[in-house]
Amino acid sequence: MLAWTIYITFIGVLVLMLLPRDNARAARIVALLTALAGCAVAFAGAIQQTNPGQVTEIIRVDWIPIIGAHYYLAADGISLVLVVLTGLAAVTGILFSWNIEKRTKEFFAFYLALIGGVYGVFLSFDLLLLFVFYELTIIPKYFLIARWGSTRKEYGAMKLALYSFVGSHLVLIGMIAAWVVAKGSLGHPSLDLVELSQVHFSAGFQHWVFPLVFLGFAILAGMWPFHTWAPTGHVAAPTAGSMLLAGVVMKLGAYGCLRVAMLLFPEGVREWQGAIAALAVGGIVYGAGVALVQKDFKFVIGYSSVSHMGFVLLGLATLNTIGLDGAVLQMFSHGIIAGLLFGVVGRMVYDRTHTRDFNDLERMNVGKLLPFAGITFVIAGVASMGLPGFSGFVAEMQVLSGAWMVFPKLTILAGIGIVVGVAYTLRAVQKGFYPDVPAAAAEDHAHAHDHPLEPISMPERIGAVILIGASLVVGLCPNLLMKWIEPCFTSPLFERLVKGGI
Amino acid sequence: MNLWLTILIFIPFLGGLLAAGLGAERKKLVRGCALGSSLLVLGGAVCMWLHFDPHSGGIQFDEKFAWVPTLGIQYYLGVDGLGLLMVMLTAIVTPLAILASWNVEDRPHVFHALVLWLQAGLLGTFTALNFFHWFIFWELGLIPAFFLIKLWGGPRRGPAATQFFIYTMVGSVALLLSFLAIRQATGSFDFIELAAMAKSGVLASKLTATFGWPHIGLVVFFGAFLGFAVKVPVVPFHTWLPAAYSEAPSPVTMLLTGVMSKMGVYGFLRILLPIFPEQIRQVLTPLLWLAVATIVLSAFAAFAQKDIKRMLAYSSINHLGYCLLAMFAAASVATGVTASDLQKAAALDGALLQMFNHGLTASALFLFVSLLEKRTGGLRGLDDFGGIRKVVPVFTGLMGISLFSSLGLPGLNGFVGEFLIFKGVFPLAPWAAVISTLGILVTAIFLLTLIQRVFCGPLNERWVKMPDLTTAERLLVFPSIALMFVLGIWPQFILGAVDATVMKLVQQLNF
Repeated sequence: MLAWTIYITFIGVLVLMLLPRDNARAARIVALLTALAGCAVAFAGAIQQTNPGQVTEIIRVDWIPIIGAHYYLAADGISLVLVVLTGLAAVTGILFSWNIEKRTKEFFAFYLALIGGVYGVFLSFDLLLLFVFYELTIIPKYFLIARWGSTRKEYGAMKLALYSFVGSHLVLIGMIAAWVVAKGSLGHPSLDLVELSQVHFSAGFQHWVFPLVFLGFAILAGMWPFHTWAPTGHVAAPTAGSMLLAGVVMKLGAYGCLRVAMLLFPEGVREWQGAIAALAVGGIVYGAGVALVQKDFKFVIGYSSVSHMGFVLLGLATLNTIGLDGAVLQMFSHGIIAGLLFGVVGRMVYDRTHTRDFNDLERMNVGKLLPFAGITFVIAGVASMGLPGFSGFVAEMQVLSGAWMVFPKLTILAGIGIVVGVAYTLRAVQKGFYPDVPAAAAEDHAHAHDHPLEPISMPERIGAVILIGASLVVGLCPNLLMKWIEPCFTSPLFERLVKGGI
Repeated sequence: MNLWLTILIFIPFLGGLLAAGLGAERKKLVRGCALGSSLLVLGGAVCMWLHFDPHSGGIQFDEKFAWVPTLGIQYYLGVDGLGLLMVMLTAIVTPLAILASWNVEDRPHVFHALVLWLQAGLLGTFTALNFFHWFIFWELGLIPAFFLIKLWGGPRRGPAATQFFIYTMVGSVALLLSFLAIRQATGSFDFIELAAMAKSGVLASKLTATFGWPHIGLVVFFGAFLGFAVKVPVVPFHTWLPAAYSEAPSPVTMLLTGVMSKMGVYGFLRILLPIFPEQIRQVLTPLLWLAVATIVLSAFAAFAQKDIKRMLAYSSINHLGYCLLAMFAAASVATGVTASDLQKAAALDGALLQMFNHGLTASALFLFVSLLEKRTGGLRGLDDFGGIRKVVPVFTGLMGISLFSSLGLPGLNGFVGEFLIFKGVFPLAPWAAVISTLGILVTAIFLLTLIQRVFCGPLNERWVKMPDLTTAERLLVFPSIALMFVLGIWPQFILGAVDATVMKLVQQLNF
């Protein structure tokens, strides 16, 4: 059933292409319906899955028998969480780009193609298939940014595409090496992830192949210091683009790290564990520190994504169940919260005020002009700080909990990152929405700004409510997702990875 | 099944939602809704007080449900004498603060909603017994407070609000990390369970075994200590407080000083003392020095202030310093076992009483300041007044009573608490008690200076037409003043309710 998320989305792309060129309204509706259908299938399929700890096969047919490639889709709890996240992000992204007037149908066609690719990655259990879907996402995201973006869009798009390609090449080299060695030990060619995870690669081999594959994926997860594509890409992208980039595309990288690099090379991970954790904490602290001094509102959110993805990588590096649980939950949580933050900044504020510069925004007193945007940003900011009650808290709590065991000193450093996170969020709230302006100056400006900003539209409100709701529900009832994630890391599939972890 | 506490927490939360939903136009309804829900909470708290069994000393009205079983998180609410006392204090101060902010005209619906949510956060903090959801409420109280300062505060509200938030967050993150370490070692977030583990020594051995680091207990203790020390605050982590208290609108300051500052002391009593008595003993002398410094330095700092609100803010730090002194002294090891138990009990009894009394008196004082500001258009410098007792005799008399209560005049509530604290601390840590009396002396000096500069002397011509308290205002301050007398004369009213709890805490500390 879950496979239909992919099919429906690509059917949506086809339908969009057949629509007449100038009918923007129809394009929006088709896109929304497609995303809704995909999201519904994702939810229904996830709920149907009775045993989330096990890899449940969806479809498996021969694809290229000579190299052992199958068209093999399957899902376990981790896939379920991320598929549901993709569904939510897809729907809300469309709601937040309801106002796209320029070549609407192409925009949504690229958008849905990206979503389809993402669903594909999360459901593939064949290495080659996973890689194909992974590559497939690069093209739509390049065009989304280069055509519909803003502020140095060609630069941002090109940088993102180049970083992605470098990453995929590293992955590809590692993949081929693993395939060759596995063929030797299995006696037949195989690209099946479950099968490959049982192969014992020699320690020397893992020692150098693991970092290649891990780094290849981690670039897309925004691992410091290979993160520089992220802020520029996020800023250049159109709102829906940044929501998807931060919300799900960065998760592709983290998912690849876990599902491919760590699953296949458990001994390699253990050797590089400390280095990964150090880089992750570097990202947490550096991202937060840089976000603290930005002048551009969207750059703040861009760097905050780097910081939050650091928690995912830190959780992965712990190699104990609680840290890994936290990492997966953080992927979901960050997807929701970053999507919301980009929605507020890109759509609600920038599309109306046409500026993201804090100096200009301070003069406008946006909090008074757009009260809904102000409140939404405050809630999103609070969630992003990791205040309890929201999903971010439960996730970061588990990551830190797991990290305490392995890297106590780094954990304390990560704590500093959290405090700086609070500081930059507060700064953004103050500068962006509730500036301290002397009453007279505010009055002056109110007269100068006689044409009021267009009020927040219904699709934006619905999108914001969905995302806030999702974060709150998971924050208050983490069990909803934990019961999918938890059994995965105690299952035989991850046994080799977790057992050796302290 | 009883859901007393859950209902009590949800009343202000829902009341806040309702108030926010009513919108800025229906001011009367908004105020009515805020007052109504806070009175409902007061009623509930009084009912609980009446149904509370003062002899058990254990947790009562408890509710326990599994929440996130995989992480050892439970929904666990309950109160003992300490928790109930704080719930009562919150229930009393909140309606007064709402009445004092009756004239807020700028977005009254948001203002009152935030006040009610702050109350919900406070009630939750005082009743939660599992770290996870205790922490939710601990942080939840922070956000309304931040916005109340940020949006309705005085001229330098922006920096004050940010400073308040960042300081508290630094403490909270340290606290969180400590508890994650504890959870990792023991698998439990339950305060009661952890206290039992600390008593039997399991906690220390588990921590060391898990982390393989002999000093981990002390590191974890410092993290938790920092969290509470910022909130109380302990000198030198106090610098956020004068700015926050003086910039916040006075009704909000009533809540900040009256109840929110008790969160820190409560944390010390509920969490730090029972779970880390060993670590406290290891660093007892520096901790006592910190308490003494808090008492003495803040008294001198108050003496140097020119702004009434800042002076009272420093005086708040001073008063809570006595609670710290009592708690640290109670954690010390003393020789004559039974005799020292009585001393410890006296000190802790005093600390609890002091918490309640300070909440009552300080909130009353800030209420008077807000009434004064209403008359002067926000002017509140020490030198802006003079001789106003001639024009506002009733105001002078009533505020005078509160000031004397604050400096610990026998017969009023402040005296009993401080007396018990000194009685208990003196045999346990004589030098600390002796130096701390300096704080009492200086407090008397600056409060009398305040009375002199503001109320006595030649009348400042500007205030000839200042109106005295109206009947409504007299009614508003009446409950606090009455309670000051009642508790001053009959402290047993509170001591009776908390005695068993204190004895239990003392037992917990002895091993």
